[in-house]
Amino acid sequence: MKRVGSAMVVYLALAAGAALTLVPLIWMVSASLMPAGEATAAGHRLFPSVVTLDHYRDLFRRLHLARQLWNSALLAAAVTLISLLFNSLAGYALAKFRFRGRDRLFRLLLAALVIPGQVTMLPLFLMLKWMGCINSYWGVIIPGMASIFGIFLIRQYALSIPDSLLDAARIDGANELRIYRSLVLPACKPILVTLAIFTFMGTWNDFLWPLIVLTDGDMYTLPLALANLLGEHVQDTELMMAGSVLTVLPVVIVFVALQRYYIEGIMGGSVKE
Amino acid sequence: MRTAAPAFWFLAPALTIIAVFFFVPVLASALLSLTDFDIYTIASRANLRLVGQGNYVRLLHDPLFWTALKNTAYFVVIGGPLSIAASLGAALLLSAKLVRFKTVFRTIFFLPVVTTLVAVAVVWRYIYHPRFGLLNYGLSFLGFEPVDWLGDPRFAMPAIILMAVWKNFGFNMVIFVAGLQSIPERLYEAASIDGATAGQQFRHLTLPMLAPTFVFVALITMIGYFQLFAEPYVMTQGGPSHSTLSIVLLMYQQGFRWWNMGYAAALALVLFAIILALSLLSMRLRSGDAATAPDSGRAPVSKVVR
Repeated sequence: MKRVGSAMVVYLALAAGAALTLVPLIWMVSASLMPAGEATAAGHRLFPSVVTLDHYRDLFRRLHLARQLWNSALLAAAVTLISLLFNSLAGYALAKFRFRGRDRLFRLLLAALVIPGQVTMLPLFLMLKWMGCINSYWGVIIPGMASIFGIFLIRQYALSIPDSLLDAARIDGANELRIYRSLVLPACKPILVTLAIFTFMGTWNDFLWPLIVLTDGDMYTLPLALANLLGEHVQDTELMMAGSVLTVLPVVIVFVALQRYYIEGIMGGSVKE
Repeated sequence: MRTAAPAFWFLAPALTIIAVFFFVPVLASALLSLTDFDIYTIASRANLRLVGQGNYVRLLHDPLFWTALKNTAYFVVIGGPLSIAASLGAALLLSAKLVRFKTVFRTIFFLPVVTTLVAVAVVWRYIYHPRFGLLNYGLSFLGFEPVDWLGDPRFAMPAIILMAVWKNFGFNMVIFVAGLQSIPERLYEAASIDGATAGQQFRHLTLPMLAPTFVFVALITMIGYFQLFAEPYVMTQGGPSHSTLSIVLLMYQQGFRWWNMGYAAALALVLFAIILALSLLSMRLRSGDAATAPDSGRAPVSKVVR
């Protein structure tokens, strides 16, 4: 009896926690479907009296947010693909090639992980301005093309590839690029998926750097557009909630579909196997 | 066969990018902080002068810097432990025996972590609305008077902390769950045989065994929280009366709104110094502990937060 009772308490606590966690997100979706003005009307409606998609239509027809949606998708995809290529090449090399200074190089990269990104932003802005990359996609893509964190993740994983496998391929006459493509990449697939999710979500959700480097409304990503919209449409609660849903939904879908990789990546489970 | 030549070509693209667009800017930032680089310098390089430690002296005499430092410390010192406590609580519930649907609850608790910070900050801005907001509505049932959460200097930072706890607790929760799983079951069995109560087991077994996880979680949470920016930018613009102005928000305003880039660089370096000091301190704390040695594959995960 005592065990059943304590299980009940645990379930109650979990349900209460889940409810508190979900309420802001449910209200966001719910308010985005309400007729204009209903979310702030007296009586605090939690659910719409009539479901309407007007605000989503407004986002695209009147505010032309398709452009910013495209910017977000393009930048997140480009940064993910390019950085995955460069990080995997470097991570594999650090794990499996032997050369002078390798360990010192690795330790230097690890130590640099404590440097917060904000330290680079002022000179980086001036550099990219000099290169003519301000207010262009390149301003976001270039600094994201490789990351120490990504190299580290792949290096840790690639350590587990047996040397004998690589040597056998070399004896068979395969060149290094071929070994990377047909042996290393397939072997690293789980960590590549994990890193791809991290990078995609990180770029999609990023705010400070795009805010600095993208100066024109047409170049904005969705988070920038949303923050900007708040200035003009702060009274239009339902419209702002529709904009928030549009911004959040793609990453939530990616997460729910691939959460196994994402959460295992954080738990460090990806280093095992 | 594994000579330096292929290693060079495999490493060159990534290392070039990191050297040019990370290491060079870090060094340049240190130099920039010693100059009076401002809007006139952007117009003409001839206006650039070395001012030595001038920016740092100015910083020490700038009341706004001290306000930002104090606010950020408030956010870290109150918000950090609250977040970690929420994470640990959720992890303990998820790790309880007899609980089914664990993955469903885990997914729900983790959902805020993956959401876009700017978007949920917008949502919470409406939740905190004094008249129409959900929070005051909920509190009214408990008999509370409406609070002007984001408009009152006393409540604006607590409001931002509450939102940050909601947004972030799922991340550390997952790390705590992993830490709890690594505690051998037989230790609990031995403790029960010795007659230890659940409370005693928690205090004398679970907490000590989680110590390395605690150090790690505390470090990444503090580092992440010191970089507070988007929440005040979206919800309060640093107000009311500078009560939510953070170091990074001040850096952004100085550097990219008023183009005082030399001064902003000094601010960025102060942030770096704080984070470096915290990292060194936590390395001290866990130096005797093999479980979180540098190669355990965990440390850099902090880069995922924020």
